[in-house]
Amino acid sequence: SLNCLDWSLLTPATKEILALAEQLNGRFQGDPSFEYNLAEINADVAARLIEGGKEPVIKEEARLIATIEQIDRAVGIVPRGAFVKTPLGSVHENRHFEGLSLLEAKKLSSYFHFTEPVNLKNKTLLEKADLDPSTDFLDSLEHDIPRGSWSIQLEKGGTVVVLRSLLWLGLTFYHVPMTKQFGYVYFGTGEKNLDLPFML
Amino acid sequence: HGPYQPHEPGYGLDQPGYSPYEDEVPDPQARVLAIKNAKAYLLKTSTRSGLNLYDHFANILTKILDEKPENTVDIIEDISKDVKWAQFRKKMDTLRDEHPILPIFEAAEKCKALFVKEGGEEEHEELDEEMPSLPNVIETAFYFEQAGIGLSKDELYYIFLSLKNLINVQPIQTCRFWGKILGLEMNYIIAEVQLHEGEGEEEEETAEEEVETVAEEEKEMGEAEEEEGEEKEKEAEPPKSTYKPPPEIPREEYGTGTNKYIYFVCNEPGKPWVKLPPVTPAQIVCARKIKKFFTGRLDAPVVSFPPFPGNEANYLRAQIARISAGTHVSPTGFYQFANEDEEEEEGDAYEENPEFEPAPVAEMVESLTTWAHHVKGILKQGRCVWINPSQKSEENEEEDEEEEDKEDEGEEQEEERGLPLLTLISEDEGMKNIPAWTARASTNLIPQYSVAILQSNRWPGAYAFASGRKFDYVYFGWGHKYSPESHTPALPPPAQTEYPSGPGITETVDPTVEEEIAFKMAQEEALAGEEEEGEEEEAEDD
Repeated sequence: SLNCLDWSLLTPATKEILALAEQLNGRFQGDPSFEYNLAEINADVAARLIEGGKEPVIKEEARLIATIEQIDRAVGIVPRGAFVKTPLGSVHENRHFEGLSLLEAKKLSSYFHFTEPVNLKNKTLLEKADLDPSTDFLDSLEHDIPRGSWSIQLEKGGTVVVLRSLLWLGLTFYHVPMTKQFGYVYFGTGEKNLDLPFML
Repeated sequence: HGPYQPHEPGYGLDQPGYSPYEDEVPDPQARVLAIKNAKAYLLKTSTRSGLNLYDHFANILTKILDEKPENTVDIIEDISKDVKWAQFRKKMDTLRDEHPILPIFEAAEKCKALFVKEGGEEEHEELDEEMPSLPNVIETAFYFEQAGIGLSKDELYYIFLSLKNLINVQPIQTCRFWGKILGLEMNYIIAEVQLHEGEGEEEEETAEEEVETVAEEEKEMGEAEEEEGEEKEKEAEPPKSTYKPPPEIPREEYGTGTNKYIYFVCNEPGKPWVKLPPVTPAQIVCARKIKKFFTGRLDAPVVSFPPFPGNEANYLRAQIARISAGTHVSPTGFYQFANEDEEEEEGDAYEENPEFEPAPVAEMVESLTTWAHHVKGILKQGRCVWINPSQKSEENEEEDEEEEDKEDEGEEQEEERGLPLLTLISEDEGMKNIPAWTARASTNLIPQYSVAILQSNRWPGAYAFASGRKFDYVYFGWGHKYSPESHTPALPPPAQTEYPSGPGITETVDPTVEEEIAFKMAQEEALAGEEEEGEEEEAEDD
């Protein structure tokens, strides 16, 4: 939506569009039907599209949904214990989640990425023995590359813990310890911060 | 212990024909005994925790029936855990409970200090003198809120109060909330301040004196070394380094150019304000080349290439200077030159135009010509007013004068001309096809009260608003410039040649044996020739 009044549904993106959108640089224009010229960016794909009879352009709304999915996958986080996995494999919200304690909230390891785990199998057996399979089935933030790509701060005298991602500048995650409240929002230009290794 | 209710264990056991031991114990007496055994088993106290299963089950069932959650069978283990945990909370200690001091409490204590008013009598006296202008932070925050920019009301009020404290402590003429820069561990809240004249210059003089005395000491050392060098001239000397560091560009004075304002920072409202040191052109030039996150600690070193001269406080000050120069705008015509006859370079002073008529909001949004910079842009050199560095070296020794001439002939530094002071922002270059500024009105629904908002694309996070005669600008962000391409760090300079190449040290192929013999023969013939000539001469003399 552009004015919070009229909302339009975005169709989920295919893998090709995701790959293409990663190559697009620069700010978003603000017009969902703006078309990016593919020929400048990727001549092969453009040629294929032309052969197929379609125009070699990619629309901004495709770029938008691709960016949203990228952000969700890369930096969408939840606190530990908020979601549980049943023995059947399905993941549910934990109605008994009472929030993290203040000590836990300051540690990066108590937050997980809310996507398919990638690193879980690589852990040593000793570490795996400590995990609780119902709550620790996701990747923790500790092992994010590059190290230090999250900034964790306590605001308001310690009542709210705020995590800010440095990879996607503008992604902010908040959590009130000892309560069920948590969430994340993104306010920003929609561009990945590729200079992160230079900036740390 | 009457008839069992349906929810209690043991229900149905007393009915004839329903007992689990039906086929084994038909005798009712025995069945009652079995029930008693079962109950005794349930009542058996655990050796570890002092609980027994019977009470535990009773508690669980009570809790379930009280709360009646959905899908109870799925979360029965959690309920069981909760009940057990509830037991542990009631510890009857004979000692008094020590309330843990929550960090919230400590933070609140600090903020409480902000709310304390000074003695009532002092306030009346101050009103007679010139009151430094305390910015109405809440009012500007209201306008920014229309655009969706700003901090929470609580935080802004704390900042307001801590600015008031700052004014009471330091001799301040004007003060303004500049913005907030985010950092890794802590954030920075920044106030832009102008001190009363004469206050800031004292520090600068002492600093300069220190620098001069150090320079004099170095010169004396240099002369002593040269005397020793002359004595040893006859011996072979290692080649002297021909590297001359580029002349240091002096920083600008207080009250002009990049150092026009003084900045105070604090990590959180309630903490003491720290003054940032003035910025030198070398720092600005280096800050342009690097891109680093702020950690939140002012004394943190900035590890980068090219090496940044200073620590995080200097880097912060340099970024603030760049952001101010790039994004501080005002409606066109609000400021005018103080003296129109003077040249623009010297006309650093501008004053409010009493005849300023504010443009309507719609116009301010539509065209960018209604906005103008009122801060001088920073030149490549790192200053606002260009200075010729070779003029400064008049005080150097005679040896350097010869080289000065060479420098003037060889590398004439072009005089840099920046944009004149009150340029319209429509002349700001965009990057690729991204305009430098984006303007919009805060609301289209109520045009008479809408506010014109200006958003910078070169420095994401810089905003300005204007509504009639009121305008202001603020920065909330990480403190970095936007560039569509990725940041490429500077490459290290090429390795310097150690020795100038000359015949003495260049390598040549060694002569072969035949060449050596031929050379020797030629030498002997030459000698023989000379001896003959010598003999002839002697013969002639006789």
